[in-house]
Amino acid sequence: MLANLDFSFLNWQVISSFIAKGFLFSIQLTLIAMVGGIALGTLLALMRLSSKPWLVWPAAAYVNTLRSIPLVMVILWFFLLIPMLIGRPMGAELSAIITFTIFEAAYYSEIMRAGIQSVPKGQVHAGYAVGMTYRQTMQLVVLPQAFRNMLPVLLTQTVILFQDTSLVYAIGAYDLLKGFEVAGKNFNRPVETYLVAAVVYFVICFSLSMLVRRLQQKIQIIR
Amino acid sequence: MATWDWQVFCKDTIDGEIVPRCFGRGGDITYLDWMLSAWGWTMSVALLSLVVALVAGSLVGILRTTPNRGFVWFGNAWTELFRNIPLLVQIFLWYHVIPAIFTPLRGLPSFILVVFALGFFTSARISEQVKAGIQSLPRGQRYAGLAMGLTLPQTYRYVLLPMAFRIVIPPLTSESMNIVKNSSVAFAVSIAELTMFAMQAQEETSRGVEIYLAVTLLYFVSAFAINRIALFIENRVRVPGMIGGGR
Repeated sequence: MLANLDFSFLNWQVISSFIAKGFLFSIQLTLIAMVGGIALGTLLALMRLSSKPWLVWPAAAYVNTLRSIPLVMVILWFFLLIPMLIGRPMGAELSAIITFTIFEAAYYSEIMRAGIQSVPKGQVHAGYAVGMTYRQTMQLVVLPQAFRNMLPVLLTQTVILFQDTSLVYAIGAYDLLKGFEVAGKNFNRPVETYLVAAVVYFVICFSLSMLVRRLQQKIQIIR
Repeated sequence: MATWDWQVFCKDTIDGEIVPRCFGRGGDITYLDWMLSAWGWTMSVALLSLVVALVAGSLVGILRTTPNRGFVWFGNAWTELFRNIPLLVQIFLWYHVIPAIFTPLRGLPSFILVVFALGFFTSARISEQVKAGIQSLPRGQRYAGLAMGLTLPQTYRYVLLPMAFRIVIPPLTSESMNIVKNSSVAFAVSIAELTMFAMQAQEETSRGVEIYLAVTLLYFVSAFAINRIALFIENRVRVPGMIGGGR
């Protein structure tokens, strides 16, 4: 009943020539989209929490629109639209990086909004009372606390982001999963490579989740 | 930018001729026909997966709250396993790996495999919510049930679950909307659903913007419809006297 599995073709040379490249891209995509997404997301969160409707409205539209479209469709949209706008073709990898930064910003912004709202109002009043400007109050008082409160959630979202990077499959970018797929096709061992890919993703995501959980407990003790 | 060309939907998918009234006749299909059938596939995948996810997720979530350590361990392992592998990889596992290892499963259509992949993936999230819902009930309710002489299954059936399920309806609603979005990943194993349609029709017609817009709109409509249905259910089953009960 059980088919024979043969993993012997997976030596260092195969790993370094097929999989390492994809792995590096997945990491790169995750890190850039995390940093860019958190920066843009924080900005969007501040816009949504401002008292000016012309700031609230576009930010809310941005976040709600992106959150209700499947990520695969967003990836396809950008891959179609960016070349139309700039007038020349763009590589799948670069397109993926832009897409993920913009897409993840919508999710990070919801987290940051909750984080900012978790800071007591008195902190803001205190900032203004000692003569700080809005910018100073946010930068020096509110945002540092919001970040710390939300750090576990931001990191959990990053683990999800790492999992989602596999969806660049839709536009054929060369990521970790693609690396395994190409190796599997070359050696005619697709079953084994998909299995190993699943194990690799699981080990990475599971250990990251465990680290986040531990961090969460540590932060709770400090508070 | 080029001008709109919505007539692309009225084109025949084979010869590219514009068909009057937009619907193909006698076995020929237009892009509109194709898109509507793709919508059907999307909704079928999503709804069937939702059933799988609700059944498996509730069961696993319940197991994780029982006093039996073995059950709890199994439930935790299930949740971690299905939560920490990307959905696309899970779909490939179901499609390429499982039929190859368990040869009797080879005849299964890919549609069924995708339903299980998406269903089990979502079950991990649902189990978290069901567990949280049960744990949010005062501990006294469980003890009261047991003290009345109910068995543990009876306590769950008549005391804990009726409340817990009502509590978790809002998060389950957002999971149900997510499942519609996540069903788009089924394109990877050639299920003829909306995203697959979008990719292929874009390639064939080069009217990507019109086609993507229509597909995106259909995803919006589907998720919104599910949201309304869930809201209706939530209002029907609400418990008077609870917070959110008297809305």
